[in-house]
Amino acid sequence: MSTGRRGGRELSYAQAIGEAIRQEMERDAGVFVYGLGVDDPKGMYGTTLDLHRVFGADRCFDTPLAEDAMTGFGVGAAIAGMRPIHVHQRMDFLMLCMNQLVNMAAKQSYMSNGAVHVPLVVRAIIGRSWGQGAQHSQAFHSYFMHVPGLKVLAPSTPHDAKGCMIAAIRDDNPVIVMEHRMLYGNRGIVPEAPYAARFGQARVLAEGDDVTIVAISHMVVEALRARPLLAEIGLSAEIVDPVSLAPLDVGTIAESVAKTGRLAVVDTSWAACGAGAEIVAAVHERLQGRRAFSALRLGYEPTPCPTTRPLEDVYYPSAKSIAAKVAALAGRAPGDWQARDIVAREIAEFRGPF
Amino acid sequence: MTHDPATIERLYCQLRRIRRVEEEIVRIYPTDKIKSPVHLSIGQEAVAVGVCDNLGPDDILYGTYRGHAIYLAKGGNLDRMMAELYGKQDGLAAGKAGSMHLGDVAAGMIGTSAIVGTTLPLSLGHAFALRRRGSAAIVCVFFGEGAMDEGVFHETANFAALKKLPILFVCENNRYAIYSHVKDRMPEVNLCERAEAYRIPARRIAGGDIFAIRAAAAEAVAAVRAGGGPRFLECETQRWRDHVGPGEDLHIGYRTAADLASWRAGDQNARLAGLLGAAARERIDAEVEAEIARAMDFAEKSPFPAAHTMYDHVYR
Repeated sequence: MSTGRRGGRELSYAQAIGEAIRQEMERDAGVFVYGLGVDDPKGMYGTTLDLHRVFGADRCFDTPLAEDAMTGFGVGAAIAGMRPIHVHQRMDFLMLCMNQLVNMAAKQSYMSNGAVHVPLVVRAIIGRSWGQGAQHSQAFHSYFMHVPGLKVLAPSTPHDAKGCMIAAIRDDNPVIVMEHRMLYGNRGIVPEAPYAARFGQARVLAEGDDVTIVAISHMVVEALRARPLLAEIGLSAEIVDPVSLAPLDVGTIAESVAKTGRLAVVDTSWAACGAGAEIVAAVHERLQGRRAFSALRLGYEPTPCPTTRPLEDVYYPSAKSIAAKVAALAGRAPGDWQARDIVAREIAEFRGPF
Repeated sequence: MTHDPATIERLYCQLRRIRRVEEEIVRIYPTDKIKSPVHLSIGQEAVAVGVCDNLGPDDILYGTYRGHAIYLAKGGNLDRMMAELYGKQDGLAAGKAGSMHLGDVAAGMIGTSAIVGTTLPLSLGHAFALRRRGSAAIVCVFFGEGAMDEGVFHETANFAALKKLPILFVCENNRYAIYSHVKDRMPEVNLCERAEAYRIPARRIAGGDIFAIRAAAAEAVAAVRAGGGPRFLECETQRWRDHVGPGEDLHIGYRTAADLASWRAGDQNARLAGLLGAAARERIDAEVEAEIARAMDFAEKSPFPAAHTMYDHVYR
C-alpha cells in the first residue's frame, strides 16, 4: 500500500471520499451530487456534508424517494454532458435502480455506437453495523460485474477510496462505487493532491508464500486480521485487494496464486454466483496447464442477513472463521489448531442509533 | 379553419414521407433483409409530425421503440435509418441499434428504448443539464399510454414538476399495450388527470387532427420554452397495423374492424393530400419516392459491419 508520499495526511475513509468529491466539484462544474439526504445535516456520514452550501443547491440536492426515475435522471444528465454522482445510503436500494442501470446506463454507448456516453457515478453504501437485517446490509457488486458497460469499484483503504472516487467521476462510463460503512472510520495516509486509481488494478496489501487471500471491501480488514492467526501455524498469507471488480485485475491475482498454489476469496456477500466464483474461475482459466491450485470461496452464510447479533456473528466471515477455513484449505486438519478470536473493533464498538 | 399552404405542404411532406417509408418496410420485410423487429407508426404519424413541427434543431427528443415517425419528423436522416434497419455499417449505430433503439445526436433524437417508459426519466436529466447551461432548448419525450401504467411515469412527472424542468411530455394514446386495452389496465382512463395530479398542465387532443395537435403542441412548447415548467399532451391516435411486424392484425380479434375503419376514415395523410393542389402533391410525392429509392439503395449497398466492431463502444 502506498502511503505517506507527497502531502499525505491521515484521513478516514469517509473523509477521503468527501475530499475526492469536493476536489472534483471544484475542478469541474459539471460534477454534481444528488440522492436522498445528501444535503441533510448528517451529510451522508459526512461525505457530502455542506456541499450544498459550498457549491450551491443545484450541485448538491435532495431527491424524492424515486430511485428508478432518479437513476434515469442521472443517465440523462450524463448524456447531456454532466457528471452526476447518485448516492444511496444503503446498497439494497439499487434493486430499484436496476432497470435504469442495466437496461439504460450500461447500453447507451453501445446502442449509439459511441455517439453518447454516460459518465454517471453511483455510490452504494453497504449498511452493515449491527442489526441492519435482511434489507439494509446487502452487497450486490456481483450483479453489476455481470453486465458489459458497467464498471464496479470497491475500495477498502482511505487511499483507494479517494483514488477510486476520483477515477469514477472522471470516467466516461457508468461506475458503481461500493463503499462499506464499517470502513468509514478507518484511517490511513491520503495524499492531498487529487489522484485517480487505475481501473483493473489490484493491490497486494501483504505479501506471503503459502496462500493467496483475495478479500473484497470490508473483508480486507478481516483478512488482514486473519493473517497473523495463520502465521501462528506457519502459514504465510498474501492478501490481495482487487479494488476494481470490473474490470478485474486477473493478472495480479493469478501471479500471486501461481506463487502460493492456494486461492481463498473472501467476499462481502454470498458466495454463490458471486465475485469469488468469478475470481476463482478467471484465475483457473489463466493458470490452467501451468499451475494447479486449490481454491475456496468464503462469504456470507447462504441465508438472508439475520438481525440479532449472535446470528450475525455466525453469518459474517470473521478473522477467526477465515483463518480456520484457510488453514483447512492448506491441509491443516480441524483438530490440529483452534484459531483465536480477534475483535473486529469497528463492529464491536459500533453504537447506534442506527 | 384555413391553414397556410406552406404549412400544409410541410406537414403533408412529413406525413407522406413517414407513411411511404413504412410501407416500403412492409414491402421489404418478407425478404428478411430487415432482421430487426419493427413497430410501425402507420396511422400514428400525425402525432409525431404535429408535435415535431414545433421543435427546433437544438431541441432534444427521446422516444420509444415505435420510433421511425418521430425520428423522421425531427429531421432524421433516412439513408442512415434504413441502413440501420438493414444492420449495415453506415446505419445510425452501425447495426448495434436496429429499429428499436434508433438514436441520432445530430438530429437531437438522443435515443429510444424497448423497455416501456425508460426514456421518461432521461428527459429529466437532459432538461436539467440544458437549463444549467442556460440553453433555450427544451426536451420532448414521447411515450405510449402504456408507459403511464409504469411507476416511473409518476416518479418522472413528480420530479419534472418539482424542479419545473423544460420538458414536453407527449403521450401517444393508441389505447393498446400490445393487445391489452387501456380500460383493462386502468380503473379510470383519464391520462391528463394523472399529469395534473402533479400540477403539470395537461391537454387531451382527441380524434387525431394534425392541426389540433400542432396548435396544442405550439402552445405547450412556447410555455415550456418560456420557463413555465413541464407540459403534458395526450394525443389520441390509432396504430393501423400489428403491435410488432409489418402485418395487419384484425384477424386475431382483439379489436373491431369498425373501430379501425373510423380511424382510417380520418387519415390525416389523405386529408392533407386533398388540401393540396395536384401539382404540389405530385411534386412532394415524387420527392418522397426519390428519397426512399436513394435510401433503399444506400442501405442495400452499405456493407455489413466487420466482426471486430462488435467489441467497439461497450465502454468509452
